[in-house]
Amino acid sequence: MDLLSFARGPALQYALIVFVFGVLWRLIGVFLLATKPDYSEPRNRASWKGLRLIALRFWPRREFAARNAATHALGYVFHVGFFVVLLFYLPHLLFLEDLFKPLFGGNLVQLTGMSWPYVSGGVIMMTGAVTVAALVALLVHRIASPVKRLISNFDDYFSWLVTTAPLVTGMLAFAHLGAPYQTLLSVHILSVELLLVWFPFGKLMHSFTIFVVRGVTGMSFERKGAAL
Amino acid sequence: MTATGNIDVKHPLELDKPRLSVKKPETRHDRQGEVPESERIGQAMRHFVRDFGRTAALYMESCVHCGNCADACHFYVATGNPKYTPIWKIEPFKQAYKREYGPFAFFYRLLNLKAKVTVDQLQEWQELIYDSCTVCGRCSLACPAAIDIASLVSLARHGMAEAGLVPHELWAVAERAEREGSPLGATPKVFKDRLEWLADDYDIEIPLDKPQADVVCTMSSIEIMKYPQSIVATAKVMNHLGLDWTFRSDGYEATNFGLLSGKAKWQRDMSMRLIDATIAAGAKLLVLPECGHAYGALRWQGANAYGKPLPFRVQHISEFLAEHVAGGRLKLKRSGKSVTYHDPCQIARRGGATQAARDVLKALGVELHEMDPSGDTNWCCGGGGGVVTIHRADPLRYKVFQLKMQQVEQSLADAPVTSCSNCRQTFDDGQAHFHWDKTMHSLLEMVADNLEGASK
Repeated sequence: MDLLSFARGPALQYALIVFVFGVLWRLIGVFLLATKPDYSEPRNRASWKGLRLIALRFWPRREFAARNAATHALGYVFHVGFFVVLLFYLPHLLFLEDLFKPLFGGNLVQLTGMSWPYVSGGVIMMTGAVTVAALVALLVHRIASPVKRLISNFDDYFSWLVTTAPLVTGMLAFAHLGAPYQTLLSVHILSVELLLVWFPFGKLMHSFTIFVVRGVTGMSFERKGAAL
Repeated sequence: MTATGNIDVKHPLELDKPRLSVKKPETRHDRQGEVPESERIGQAMRHFVRDFGRTAALYMESCVHCGNCADACHFYVATGNPKYTPIWKIEPFKQAYKREYGPFAFFYRLLNLKAKVTVDQLQEWQELIYDSCTVCGRCSLACPAAIDIASLVSLARHGMAEAGLVPHELWAVAERAEREGSPLGATPKVFKDRLEWLADDYDIEIPLDKPQADVVCTMSSIEIMKYPQSIVATAKVMNHLGLDWTFRSDGYEATNFGLLSGKAKWQRDMSMRLIDATIAAGAKLLVLPECGHAYGALRWQGANAYGKPLPFRVQHISEFLAEHVAGGRLKLKRSGKSVTYHDPCQIARRGGATQAARDVLKALGVELHEMDPSGDTNWCCGGGGGVVTIHRADPLRYKVFQLKMQQVEQSLADAPVTSCSNCRQTFDDGQAHFHWDKTMHSLLEMVADNLEGASK
């Protein structure tokens, strides 16, 4: 079995198994914990209105915006950039289509009649470059800022690495730089698998929890009429 | 020697300074009890996780270490020291959660990915969990994940208190409150004597221990010992409104040092005194005094100590005043003073009563100069959460207080007003330390001084 077949075959399967079961284990482990009833008389009975915090916290409050501007701006650039590269590049879409075929019993685009837009490779390369630049800037900020440096641990640096690696290896593969294309493509796929395997164990899990947390805090604060 | 006598020798009170606490200890005892280190750690972790439900676990799972919370914290902003980053203050407990409690705890233990928390580590963190956190919750508003870091600090304090790792003075006043009913020596006898003296001096009726009443009023020990005019103001307002009200000697002291120290059992005991007294009086309403943490303890946690919904309403005095102003029962003379309002964190940001004080100030016709920021994102005075009792925290607290002084000065108001006696004594202490010309005022006392003939 050559490297590409390995990367596309068993490595991908095992990585997906670790990803799916790891994520479920961690989520179930948390969601199975009990919550205590709150008997205090609510100020606002419609505590569900606190769910608006999910949307509100996309943007910092005026009082905090200036001091945290770099973190927010760079954070937005790399998150948006990452998802543009992942979801609007044709080869990625074909790969995902292949991956999900067994789940849906066919090609999702054909089944639903909907089409998914994509952009040219050149645009994806530029987006990837900007995304990597933002990630590098964030890493520099993490190391240079006394606050971030103090609170950072292995998880922060390793999560940075497994997030950045697929972008860099993908760009190298696109540009055919440094090694034969097949090798570059294999390394790119393996880097994605590393991301999947690490995902459930580190802070990347915030993708699944962050909106839940905002909702939970929002509802509990709304109940009291506290500031969101 | 009686228990009370002993505590007076061991932890003598200091009641003649702008800030009330125990006297500065010659030798600090920041560890309580004589137990082996392993037992301390066991206790800390057991009590940390005891109240650890889904919400706290979700919080622990969701921090991405962005560091945004630092810039929301007055202790970090005033010093620039990264150790005051709010989420860092609970680091040993995050470590313990991952190792002992989280979904992958077995991996962490098996591969020793997170070291076991030690007593020395917790001792080192005592300063971060107590001296440099007022549990003001400003950081919770800056977190992009909306993690309520302040609630995690409170959980960490549960662990610390059970492990006997509370700062000397905070433990001393909390223990006194549990034994005597007041952290500052305002025992039922002292309270009764004060009421008699005030009733005579001010020629005002102050009902005590009426067997039945519609409203039970409470005070903070800071008011009883330092601002007794607040007791008179309470009586003036209640009598003016013609309410059937009383103080109760079996439940009058509302500051909850059980909550501040983290000693959950004491917190419950202190809440239950007020709850039982209010039920005994058959009251429909319990009015909490000008005290921030008293509000958090009883308004939002009291029913949970009771184990079911309370059979009466709970209001902070500012909410009570605002309600009667809105209902037209409380009419006030327009004072025209130029003031700025300092929001007590537990009543405004975390308690949801930000508007109440402003409604009362409007009725007083004051010229209100808001600080920037004010209301929900107001800077804390730096003395909440028990911090003001801790002598070794004074230099840090004074640095933080400078933020507040700057805000007040920039508001261009003649005088600051608040509705929390703990904020007030922190201001008094800061004023004395910096020889500042601004004196903090009480909202309740302003109201009592400006009562106009009210219709029922």
